[in-house]
Amino acid sequence: MLLWIVLAPLVGAVVNGLVFATGFWRRSVGGSENVERKIVSALGPGVILVSAVLSSILFFRLLGLEGDNRRFIEEMFVWIPSGSFTASFELLLDPISAVMVLVVTWVSFLIHVYSIGYMHADRSYSRYFTYLNIFVFFMLILVLANNFVLMFVGWEGVGLASYLLIGFWYEDSTKAYAGRKAFIVNRIGDFGFILGILLIFFVFSSVNYQEVFAKASAPGFVAAAPDGIITIIALLLFIGAVGKSAQFPLFVWLPDAMAGPTPVSALIHAATMVTAGVYMLARCNVFYSASPEAQLIVVSVAAFTAFMAATIALTQNDIKKILAYSTVSQLGYMFMGVGSGAYAAGMFHLLTHAFFKALLFLGAGSVIHALAQEQDIRKMGGIRKDLPITALTFLVGTLAISGFPFLSGFFSKDEILSNLYLRGYTVHWIIGIVTAVLTAFYMLRLYLLTFEGRSRVPGELRLKVHESPRSMWLPLVILAFFSLIGGIFGIPEFMGKSLGLEHSNLFEGFISSALHSYPSSHITGQMFGHWTLLMFSVIAGFVGLLLAYNLYFKKTSIPDEIVKSILLKPLYKFSLGRWFVDEIYDFLILRPYRELSKLSAYFDNFVIDGLVGGVGYVVRESSYVLRAAQSGILRLYVGVMAMGVVAIIVYMLFRAL
Amino acid sequence: MNVDVTHYLVLGAVLFVIGGYGVIARKNIIIVLLSLELMLNAVNLTFVTFSRMHGDMIGHVFMIMALTVAAAEVAVGLALIVAIYAHRETVDIDVLKMLKG
Repeated sequence: MLLWIVLAPLVGAVVNGLVFATGFWRRSVGGSENVERKIVSALGPGVILVSAVLSSILFFRLLGLEGDNRRFIEEMFVWIPSGSFTASFELLLDPISAVMVLVVTWVSFLIHVYSIGYMHADRSYSRYFTYLNIFVFFMLILVLANNFVLMFVGWEGVGLASYLLIGFWYEDSTKAYAGRKAFIVNRIGDFGFILGILLIFFVFSSVNYQEVFAKASAPGFVAAAPDGIITIIALLLFIGAVGKSAQFPLFVWLPDAMAGPTPVSALIHAATMVTAGVYMLARCNVFYSASPEAQLIVVSVAAFTAFMAATIALTQNDIKKILAYSTVSQLGYMFMGVGSGAYAAGMFHLLTHAFFKALLFLGAGSVIHALAQEQDIRKMGGIRKDLPITALTFLVGTLAISGFPFLSGFFSKDEILSNLYLRGYTVHWIIGIVTAVLTAFYMLRLYLLTFEGRSRVPGELRLKVHESPRSMWLPLVILAFFSLIGGIFGIPEFMGKSLGLEHSNLFEGFISSALHSYPSSHITGQMFGHWTLLMFSVIAGFVGLLLAYNLYFKKTSIPDEIVKSILLKPLYKFSLGRWFVDEIYDFLILRPYRELSKLSAYFDNFVIDGLVGGVGYVVRESSYVLRAAQSGILRLYVGVMAMGVVAIIVYMLFRAL
Repeated sequence: MNVDVTHYLVLGAVLFVIGGYGVIARKNIIIVLLSLELMLNAVNLTFVTFSRMHGDMIGHVFMIMALTVAAAEVAVGLALIVAIYAHRETVDIDVLKMLKG
């Protein structure tokens, strides 16, 4: 049954790809485009629905199991048998992967449905659904794999799907370039990941999860292992996660990845693929819990990324770019969670983020769709009345991500932040709180500039603004519903107790049965308790929201004054220029690389080509001399031959003497 | 006069040299071919002579082989000459030097 979860999207991809995207249907069968679209619209989301239903069934069966038995393993075949190294095509469904599979399949299904409306006018409709199905297939391989090598297959596969979908409109060279950039930047991370896998095999002589983690968590193993080897493994794996999950310094590809169709941004670059790194860290929790050095690095990188991306998001003007930087920032929160040892909290934020970020992206897609592909929020405003459902659901997403009390983001973000504080990462906690203020600010700014206030939509377009079709707004409503109530699965224990609930944090209880148990690393005797920490998070959210409300709704002249003020202008430019990270990379890496290329081109032209050409030249010139011997006079040949024979005879005679 | 091996060998050498002179000196391609045959048969004569001298039949076998091949070669050679004449209207080998490099 596990196998069919994975195979269903593959079936969709193969049929959509080979029969329809290749043009076989229209050219060889002679079918009409209308029928093609109907079949693809049914098959594309249909196969995902099959996966989603199957995974839900398995999830409920999983709930019925206890402790170590709480997992399903299905081995299909031994994939690479090579001496002491074996990698099987083996699937594992345990609480960690179950959460991922549910998110991936159901969010994918909603986004597939949304795509029917969003992409209806595109001429490469079948190709789009082919790629989308391929993506889901590889994503499921990634999360269901039971060894690192198979996980790497999924890891690379989703990278491929991401590349194909970012560059979906490949006629536009900037979009094709963005696809390439994503692919190449990810290679750097994959390099670390594959080294990590090799090191795991050298240390543990296996790549299978159960064997590796059992050995790693066995008492005395870490002490007996070579110094720092666990830290190195953890950091190499983290490099992989940094690439795929767009953390500093490899986050530059994600904002550019917004060149793809908006549903793709929602699915791959917000809800699922970019969270693969978080999933991997949660999966490898044994390594991180065994290495405080690695944890500190992960949390520091994550905190810096979260803060940096949030500051950039403050000033951007492209609706999708803001959401992209917001995603980078929220991924930073997730890494702060899993990096500090609060794996359940990180995974919970992954879950809620999948809901509200997919919602926000799809809402943005709905706006872009209504405004004829306009993405600049300076040309929006006042469209709430024309897009009532989109505006309302977008507001829900905005409040959820801002940590508005009792919405999903409130519970998950606070869980991470209070964990940071209670585990002794005080500096990181402060950065997290500041980032929470910024998050609330830029998200409400985005909402207000897009939907409220005076309309800045160009005149002729203003009359045509319309709400999206049902296939688009229905997913919005469903996602908004989960963004609203998603938090109830993870109500913190201390809050549950005061409400008279036992085991209120269902999510943590479920996830932690798959985590290896460690003594609690909470530091006792801290200044603040749970409730105080909660208050900080709530206040941070409200400060951000109020600031944005004042600046962009009540006194809209202030932002312009800030831009003009001498004190804040450099900061504004710094944020608008995205910390000039792209420019720094261009200067430090790309430009020296181009110069090196020029140098090697010179070497190739003059040294290598000189050698090769020189040989040919010598042969040609010497042949001019030797050609004279080929006179064509038969008698001369015979004479020379006779003389040669005579010469040989004379020589032999003299030698014999 | 007693005819012994030396006489045969001298006759073979004389014939070979005459043939060799003909190949080098004559211009007519038919004469050249004829001289070539002469050289071939001079060698055949030498083969048979040594064969008799050693009382070994292998020399005879070689001679018969060479004779057969020579017959075939003459047939092909003359046919080529006819073809060349048909195209070029000449059998002068000094004129026929199309293979000049």
